[in-house]
Amino acid sequence: MSTADLLTLWSDQLAISVPVWLIILITLMYFARHPAHSAIRAASKVIRNSLRLSSKSVLSAEERLKQRNKEVLIAAGREATERYIEREFRRVESVVNRDLSGYPSLHRDLKEQIVNIDEDYRQSSEVPPSPPAWIQAVEAVAKIPANGDPMVSKILGDIQSTINNVHNTAMQEYRNSCKERHMLLKKMVPYWRKIEHSISNVESRIFSLEKRSKIIDQQIEKYEDIMAKTDHAVRMLSSSSMTQFFISAIVLSIALLGGLINFQLIALPFSEMVGANTYIGEMRAADVAALFLVLMETALGIFLMDALGITRLFPIIHSMDDKLRRKMIWAVLTFLFIFACIESSLAYMRDFLAADREALTQSLAGVAVAKPEFRWIPSMGQMVMGFILPFALAFVAIPLESFIHSSRTVLGVSMLGMLRGLAFVLRLLGNIAHNMGNVLISLYDLIVFIPLRIGQSFSHKKEVEAPNTPMLEHDSDDSHYSLGSGSSPTPGPREEVK
Amino acid sequence: MRKITLFLLISVSVLISGCSSDPAARAKAVFLLLDTSGTYTNEINKAQSIINYLLGTLTTGDSMAVARIDSGSFSEKDIIAKVTFDNRPSATNEQKRAFQKTINKFVSTVKSSSHTDITGGMLQAVEFLNETGAGKKHILVFSDLKEELLKGHVRDFPISFAGITITALNVTKLRSDNVDPREYLKRVDYWRERVEAGGGKWKVINDLERIEALLE
Repeated sequence: MSTADLLTLWSDQLAISVPVWLIILITLMYFARHPAHSAIRAASKVIRNSLRLSSKSVLSAEERLKQRNKEVLIAAGREATERYIEREFRRVESVVNRDLSGYPSLHRDLKEQIVNIDEDYRQSSEVPPSPPAWIQAVEAVAKIPANGDPMVSKILGDIQSTINNVHNTAMQEYRNSCKERHMLLKKMVPYWRKIEHSISNVESRIFSLEKRSKIIDQQIEKYEDIMAKTDHAVRMLSSSSMTQFFISAIVLSIALLGGLINFQLIALPFSEMVGANTYIGEMRAADVAALFLVLMETALGIFLMDALGITRLFPIIHSMDDKLRRKMIWAVLTFLFIFACIESSLAYMRDFLAADREALTQSLAGVAVAKPEFRWIPSMGQMVMGFILPFALAFVAIPLESFIHSSRTVLGVSMLGMLRGLAFVLRLLGNIAHNMGNVLISLYDLIVFIPLRIGQSFSHKKEVEAPNTPMLEHDSDDSHYSLGSGSSPTPGPREEVK
Repeated sequence: MRKITLFLLISVSVLISGCSSDPAARAKAVFLLLDTSGTYTNEINKAQSIINYLLGTLTTGDSMAVARIDSGSFSEKDIIAKVTFDNRPSATNEQKRAFQKTINKFVSTVKSSSHTDITGGMLQAVEFLNETGAGKKHILVFSDLKEELLKGHVRDFPISFAGITITALNVTKLRSDNVDPREYLKRVDYWRERVEAGGGKWKVINDLERIEALLE
């Protein structure tokens, strides 16, 4: 029986049959109102509860992820700070080894210089020339009155000239002595300068150490902050991670571009070696080989940076013996050099092939084959590029390490945001489902509003007629059922039957 | 450990299967038939530029052959030059130069034939193309498509052109076509029906400026 047959079951005319169906349907709905309401409410409750439960579990997952992110961040921050402090201590060690190891010799030098200065100083102390012992006798004779005696006058004159001679000699000696002392004092000046220089050297070294110790103090404070897992430390590390992520992403994009250029440089000449018409899967073997070479160079670069202690992508390399690590550095550098030479020759071959192809194209086009004058310039350029790019690619390890470390934090934060959003959507959907249940109940009552109103008036009349009769029993949830029929509770058909 | 072994085995098998994929299936093969009958010989210079274009377009691993259509074209002697390009680009360039030289020599010494055995040439081309095993096969017919067979030559049988694209180039209008253009259309339709009946794809390119559409 088709739908059309069903529709015209009561009469051939739709205008009669459809209202009959409607009356039947509404009557049935009226009598099924109570269980229908219960079913709608139960369904909406089930949906709301399950969605709320899901939201709660998502929120708890978010909390766990938050905790995990914090731990990751703290661990990364701790490691970075440890590295920083370690590096500072190494610097201090090198300063101490380099500068303060020479302190005993510096001390000896200073002592020698001070002894020299002391010696010179002692020598330069002024000793007044002692007056001759007979000067008092001469003074006594000089006091004898002459009384016009020519003998006495002659003796006194001789005494005067003798005294003058002695005075001149003493003055000359004094001057010589002064000059000598001045010379000695002059000799002291370079010693003083040397001492001053040595002391300023010591001062600058001590100042540099002091500076380092201040940095170490700051880092230790930061380290303590991180170890205490304070919110300030987490915020600081998180923001630092974000910055690192974006910076390293930009640098990696640049490196990727460099890698592509490198690939383009060697892909064509590789077809001379492995054949241009050989395929591995959907890729040309020449392209795969070129890609392999570029990736090998990148991998070698990562090993080199790890061996140099710049990055720590492979803990096994970092924990290697220093001697072994040095050997590894040389081995990797040798390989890189070989690869650079290969790339350089491939770049030259590429240029040669391109020139050959160009000549052929010109010949096929019927044009005279041109030989550019400065053809060697691009050839040289390509060769140099081929040689330099492998070494440049080696430095990819630095942004790569930053990117990997910071991406853990960034991914964690993104996941947190997503989980929060999901929890919100689930709660929202739960509430919508709950309210939709109420809306459906109201719509249900709207459809059956005619029999509902009749039932209401009938029961109201009954109540007026028999005010002393006991109240009808009804469900405590009845208030919900009357949502579509006004604010007052409406009894269902079951109550009317009672 | 098992997972790693499994992963390695899968990777190796994928690589081997990738390597073993037939490179010829990716290659192109082109067979150019040059009509050397009557006055059509005058058009041979245009064909030369098409050959040069093809030499510039085809790459390593591709195959190419040029044959003349004369009184009896179903013969290896009518193949002027044929080549399957080497895997190395430098060797391919040398092969192209040698091919060009052979064609130039032919163009300068070509003599017109009295009859036109297009079907024989087509059969020769189909044979060559199928032997190459190339993924894309093309027959380029540089002719006015007017077949004139020697007495006794049997050519009215179906030919299998499965997987081959046949392109008629520079189908010139004859003097009689000017009198009754239906003759020209009939000629072209005859070949189109014959090719399509044999499972091939038929194209006509008269404007040689659209030469880039040749191997599409």
